[in-house]
Amino acid sequence: MEHKIGVYICTGCGIGDALDLAAIEKVATSDGKAALCKTHECLCSQEGHALVQADIDAGDVDVVAVAACSMREKQAELSWGETWVERINYREQLVWSHEPNDEDTQWLAEDYMRMLGARMEHVTRPEPHIEEMSDRVLVVGGGISGMSAALFAARAGKEVVIVEKEDGLGGFLRRVHRRFPVAPPYQELEENDIQATIDQVIANDKITVHLSSTIGKIDGAPGRFEVTVEGAGAKETVGSIVVAAGFVPYDAGKLTHLGYGEVKDVVTSVELEEMAREGKLVRPSDGADLETVVFVQCAGSRDPDHLDYCSTTCCSVSLKQTRYIREANEDAKTYVLYKDLRTPGQWEIFYQNVAKDGTIFVKSEVKSVAAGEDGGAVVTVQDVLLGEDVEIEADLVVLAVGQVPACQNEQLLKLGYRQGPELPSIDARIEIKEGDDEDEGPVERKDEVTGGFPNSHFVCFPYETRRTGIYAAGSVRQPTDSVTAADDAAGAAFKAIKCVALQSEGKAVHPRVGDMSWPDFALQRCTQCKRCTEECPFGALDEDEKGTPKPNPTRCRRCGVCMGACPERIVGFADYSVQSINSMIKGIYVAEEWEEKPAVLCLVCENDAYPALDMAGLARMKHSPFVRVVPMRCLGGLNLQWIADAMAKGFDGVLLLGCKAGDDYQCHFIQGSELAQTRLGKVQETLDRLMLESERVAFHEVEIDSFGAIPGIIDSFMERLEELGPNPFKD
Amino acid sequence: MSQSKPTLVVGGGMSGISTALELSELGLPVILVERSPFLGGKVAAFNKYFPKLCPPTCGLEINYKRLRKAANITLHTQARVTRVEGGPGDYSVTIEVEPRFVNDRCTACGACAEACASEREDDFNQSLAKTKAIYLSSPMAYPRRYVLDKEACDEGDLAKIQEACKYGAVDLEEEGSVLTESVGAIVWATGFSPYDASRVEYLGRGELPDVINNLQMERLADKTGPTGGKLLRPSDGKEVTSVAFVQCAGSRDLKHLAYCSGICCLASLKQISYVREAAPDAKVYMFHIDVRAGKYEQFYARIQADEGVEIVKGKVAGIFQEGDSLRLQVEDIESGEAIKVDVDMAVLATGMVPNTQDLPFEASTDDYGFLMMDESKGIIPTGCVRRPADVATVVQDATGAAMRALCQE
Repeated sequence: MEHKIGVYICTGCGIGDALDLAAIEKVATSDGKAALCKTHECLCSQEGHALVQADIDAGDVDVVAVAACSMREKQAELSWGETWVERINYREQLVWSHEPNDEDTQWLAEDYMRMLGARMEHVTRPEPHIEEMSDRVLVVGGGISGMSAALFAARAGKEVVIVEKEDGLGGFLRRVHRRFPVAPPYQELEENDIQATIDQVIANDKITVHLSSTIGKIDGAPGRFEVTVEGAGAKETVGSIVVAAGFVPYDAGKLTHLGYGEVKDVVTSVELEEMAREGKLVRPSDGADLETVVFVQCAGSRDPDHLDYCSTTCCSVSLKQTRYIREANEDAKTYVLYKDLRTPGQWEIFYQNVAKDGTIFVKSEVKSVAAGEDGGAVVTVQDVLLGEDVEIEADLVVLAVGQVPACQNEQLLKLGYRQGPELPSIDARIEIKEGDDEDEGPVERKDEVTGGFPNSHFVCFPYETRRTGIYAAGSVRQPTDSVTAADDAAGAAFKAIKCVALQSEGKAVHPRVGDMSWPDFALQRCTQCKRCTEECPFGALDEDEKGTPKPNPTRCRRCGVCMGACPERIVGFADYSVQSINSMIKGIYVAEEWEEKPAVLCLVCENDAYPALDMAGLARMKHSPFVRVVPMRCLGGLNLQWIADAMAKGFDGVLLLGCKAGDDYQCHFIQGSELAQTRLGKVQETLDRLMLESERVAFHEVEIDSFGAIPGIIDSFMERLEELGPNPFKD
Repeated sequence: MSQSKPTLVVGGGMSGISTALELSELGLPVILVERSPFLGGKVAAFNKYFPKLCPPTCGLEINYKRLRKAANITLHTQARVTRVEGGPGDYSVTIEVEPRFVNDRCTACGACAEACASEREDDFNQSLAKTKAIYLSSPMAYPRRYVLDKEACDEGDLAKIQEACKYGAVDLEEEGSVLTESVGAIVWATGFSPYDASRVEYLGRGELPDVINNLQMERLADKTGPTGGKLLRPSDGKEVTSVAFVQCAGSRDLKHLAYCSGICCLASLKQISYVREAAPDAKVYMFHIDVRAGKYEQFYARIQADEGVEIVKGKVAGIFQEGDSLRLQVEDIESGEAIKVDVDMAVLATGMVPNTQDLPFEASTDDYGFLMMDESKGIIPTGCVRRPADVATVVQDATGAAMRALCQE
């Protein structure tokens, strides 16, 4: 590729004092392929900026390669309008990490220039992929979350389509008598005002509502989802989707040990809402008044045999329901049997208020629920505080049941995606197939440690699912109360709008927001091995009937996992490809054996390990100068060809620094680090073929704050390589 | 959507950063105001998140990366909003910016700090250490520009600092500034402060150096913190062999914070894992009224199953110095007995107090100072200034705040 590269070396921050700049300049303008090379004592100053700008204005330079601080520093100061900027880390990872004025440090600095020249031969400026797009929003579910999402999106000027399977809007709140207090003094129950929200939705001319309808199929990608609505029989084109299908109460049929289905006067908290709504707060068995009511908390929750999580709302629901009972009969006795009474936040105040009513709270284990002699039920509990069994005769036992996300019980989206029809949950993993067996499909491992709620980064980036442009809100995303659900929908609606706004300019969404590059597939060389379509963490690739990938750039997050997966090396981005990295590897000068200088390639995740290397430099921690760092968008882009080529060229070792993998993964692309490690499992064949020791290739997980460990990791790797001796493929 | 006026986001912690970035990436201009010299708020000082036990700096780095690219965010650190007039769509605000004494020529090379001998109390490290008078708060500090605490620096050092900087970045004459801005929407994200547990007299906080709070525990356990992650008790630097976690230190108590902050139980469970990792033989106690672990039941169960951990439903009635140790008097609710436990260090699980003092606008707050969402009045509260919340909820809420701001534009 023809570029006019201008290399600008900043001599500030100790760089100029530590290196032989004249020698570097020679390399820059030869192997570095630079048209010119200049130095400045402080490139990030106005004067430094002007020096570069003058060369750009004169037409001498169209790529500015800045050899200065890390690419994580001074981005605003070291930018020149739209001009392409490459960064070479001469500060944190060079002069701050290595001995000054040392021949090995100098060699490293010169190699980075060679790598620049080699890289630039294989990269071009990304041209954004731009498609005609719809900015309409589909909302699946017409409960409080869905209606809230729709109203927010409509306020922002977007057209919205709601698909609701029931014959009316309102969702679960249609079944609810009253709501617990949401404002100070958290004393009185709130009227259920869901009808007001329903009326707003119906009156809003930007919102189309399809009732008694479900999704028949969704094809396409963000910006051009084609939605078949069953029931209403409609076809809708939308740009993005909010999934707000809510929850279903845990199936009380599985709670026979708590008397449900066996004792008539045992009901669920949901059934009690309906009884209260209908004004029938009496014993179901005989219509008698309720004198004593027992609420059993965690009915099927926090229980490994049922739901192994806490739904966070059931305690407050029961507190609210004790009020229903007292309103019907102010002399009624109410008991709440609990493991831990959980009323976080301001609900605690409501708890304190309810406690004053006279409800008896018993920390206890329910041992059995049996029918009473004259109707009602007898609850036998082990009272934890008293340490003994207690029997409570109750007219009614209310089981506080938890929330199961609607996506656990039914298909909500029916996406026409090669990787499956629904949003994967956080613990869903795609296993890489080991052999070349064509028939072996992807295996979804689903251990449901989080109850099947769809998400991908539930702490830092809670809206990010693994399907671009599709965002979950409310209790389908996590157990939640109705107020929080409505709030949650605001965020999801925003994400839905933003996704289309960015994509319509050809820009990626999280976490590489604004990236204009996208993977290009040289399909004429595709062997239909399906690795890319299986391994994409975001389900971006579909397949034709032969198994050839069908890319969907607007589903893509630009991690490069497909590029790493492809054995034919046909996938690449304009500015990041198998060839560009291969070329960098080939550009590195590997010393001959007699020079006794090892060569090590270090592929580094730019999200965590690269900043960690920077911070090690900031702390002036030293490591071996024989390590050449190549940053990667994600180690999931690791292509084994690089390792084979590096070894054939005489590199003594390859070190990979990636994110933590596994259930508590830290990879921003879900599984990139895990995929890289799995691929490395196969590198053995390559090394065996070359008769090389497997220890020459090592993978380390580096957490971003563990930068203090990096010099140790590198040094011990170097020690092992020294024991193994030089790579016999050296010249 | 009229895009002419920027949104003002007040507070540069996780909430404010998230709202600012979401709006900015949609192409909307933002003015982000943070009172301290660096962004990140409380999250930047956390060692790990529950339940994944992953470093918060991992997600912060992504956010800082986004910020570096966000040309339409104007950031003011060491700044406060002192006046708000007008209403949604058309506010006029005054922002007062303190001098940093270090200008944008700073390259963060560190030569100034090397030349400086004067020290100041390290607020980022919760006063567990000192920093130089010219400093970055942490290895991840953003913006990457030193700040000078001029009052903590003696005259001689001021001259040395100025001389050490080759780039003319140290500006001892810098004066603060007062800016007037016109903005379309205001998002208030000023976060929380930990409850001052010294007000709960019987817990010994403030008198007994080995009674620390949960934020201090985060710094003690942090590999990049003042002890390099070693759990050294403050009084004498001894590595701890026993720790007690005291839940509801002022929370769920009508005399202090009547509400529950919702996250302290999970924070303590997380911190128990710090102790067990750093000192595998250490004995850990947790005294609580209820363990409120929210939806992270498996995380709770994992800690509960640890033989070195004793989780007791009980109220701590007093903490005293007893020779070399702290003695906790506890009413064990399950056994009904008064028990005594001796430990090296006690961690008070303090709740969240919203930072809503000296608001420059008339606000609707609840009885505890949390801002109420009242969109007709305009100002949009988000994060822990609105209600106690964990990080995930804060990010969720901040994204919702971006939506509300968008609707006001």
